[in-house]
Amino acid sequence: MSEALARIAVRGLWVGFGSKPVLRGIDLVLHEGESLVVIGASGAGKSVLLKTILGLIEAWEGSVRVDGIEVVGASSAAREQVREKIGMLFQGAALFDSLPVWENVVFGLLARGRLARGEAREAALAALAEVGLGGEVADRYPAELSGGMRKRVGLARAIAADPEILFFDEPTSGLDPIRADAINQLIRRTVRGRGRTALSISHDMASVRKIADRVAMLYEGRIIWEGPVERMEHSGNPYVDQFVHGRAEGPMTASVAGAG
Amino acid sequence: MNGLARIGRLTLDLAQESGAVLLFGLEALARGLRGPYYPRQILRQLLEIGYFSLPVVGLTALFTGMVLALQSYVGFSRFEAQEAIPSIVVLSMTRELGPVLAGLMVAGRVGAAMAAELGTMRVTEQIDALETLATDPLRYLVFPRLVAAMLCLPLLVLVADVIGVLGGYLVAVYKLGFGGVEYLNRTLDFLEAGDVVSGLVKALVFGFLIALMGCYQGYHCLGGAEGVGAAATRAVVGASILVLTMDYVLTELFFAR
Repeated sequence: MSEALARIAVRGLWVGFGSKPVLRGIDLVLHEGESLVVIGASGAGKSVLLKTILGLIEAWEGSVRVDGIEVVGASSAAREQVREKIGMLFQGAALFDSLPVWENVVFGLLARGRLARGEAREAALAALAEVGLGGEVADRYPAELSGGMRKRVGLARAIAADPEILFFDEPTSGLDPIRADAINQLIRRTVRGRGRTALSISHDMASVRKIADRVAMLYEGRIIWEGPVERMEHSGNPYVDQFVHGRAEGPMTASVAGAG
Repeated sequence: MNGLARIGRLTLDLAQESGAVLLFGLEALARGLRGPYYPRQILRQLLEIGYFSLPVVGLTALFTGMVLALQSYVGFSRFEAQEAIPSIVVLSMTRELGPVLAGLMVAGRVGAAMAAELGTMRVTEQIDALETLATDPLRYLVFPRLVAAMLCLPLLVLVADVIGVLGGYLVAVYKLGFGGVEYLNRTLDFLEAGDVVSGLVKALVFGFLIALMGCYQGYHCLGGAEGVGAAATRAVVGASILVLTMDYVLTELFFAR
């Protein structure tokens, strides 16, 4: 498929903090209706990639286009146009502590004026039901929820506005295998069921196998391998092999130990 | 690095940081004034900063007024000038101690809380989440805190002034043998509107500085729980130093003529 049809096209992207580069020339294309998972060790810059696409972090150079709209160096209006297309589930869910669950879920809809306050509660309950949560959690505060429930609420918030693109940042981190699998199923259902495009980052291989169509591996700020999920197990790339099979020995040992 | 270079570096860092803080505050005010407004957030902050600070500010003012009366009695009775005590108490409170002590108390209570709350929101990605949900954190989080602090501090100082005078009154009347009516008359005799107003202007500036330091440190917080703690400390220390420094600058402006 050509880049012209891409929903997200990242070209030559350099991002860093201070004088230290984190992403060193990333090229990545995400097509309509596919689910791409970026894998890589902790600190490889996976979250930085998602946040740069959302325009939360300013890139040093390169280009990020979402549906043809350039994000790098864009005005706040253009960024808002891009963010309106994307729903994001943050790693720790990032729910607003001071608001009850239902207000968290419809926060974006209210902020964008797409919903009147009167109808907001109904809409929130509908979104919560989609992620398997009943009305009884609607009036609770995030601090009163378990980790798994918080992730579900975060997912409800990400899909409440029915965005065309979904971002998932470590969707299963900190969850036990059963809750993690439940979240994976929800993500699969949401992405496939609604025909949405999804970009996730993860180092949980069970989750990757479940939610990915395509996988890209990020190492030392570069994409070192990219391919369909079926080929991930036999990529022929020693870095990917080591990561996918979770071995302490391999080409990455030294630098991982060195990075502390 | 030799000593001179170190002093130079520190000075440059200080200048850069001060500029960054000021720009942050002005940007938040400019964006906040353009709207959209978040009245519920402002109301919450008014309650948090104003109402919940009343006990600590009131208590501080009460004891300060009492001590002022007692101490000035010790000194002034040596040359038979006890009648000056009501004026000493009211002028010290309105011009100086009301705004400074209320400022320091609120800096400790509210500045730290703001830095910790915004810092936690930063490290748990809630501030990023706000941006992805079409909400400008400067308008939603920072502007309401700046406005509420600028409204609340003058009101708190007004209350502190009254309670401070009451403290002086209690000690003077019930311990030092002053007549109640005489004390109040003398309190009002030499008091001018300018004394009170200058204190309120100071309070407005202190309110802005306290909220600004709390928000700036929290907003730019890095690195987990430790970072949040460090942000809270920096906010309180920074705000306290700014309150004392600006107090001198404003006093120069008001009274040096």
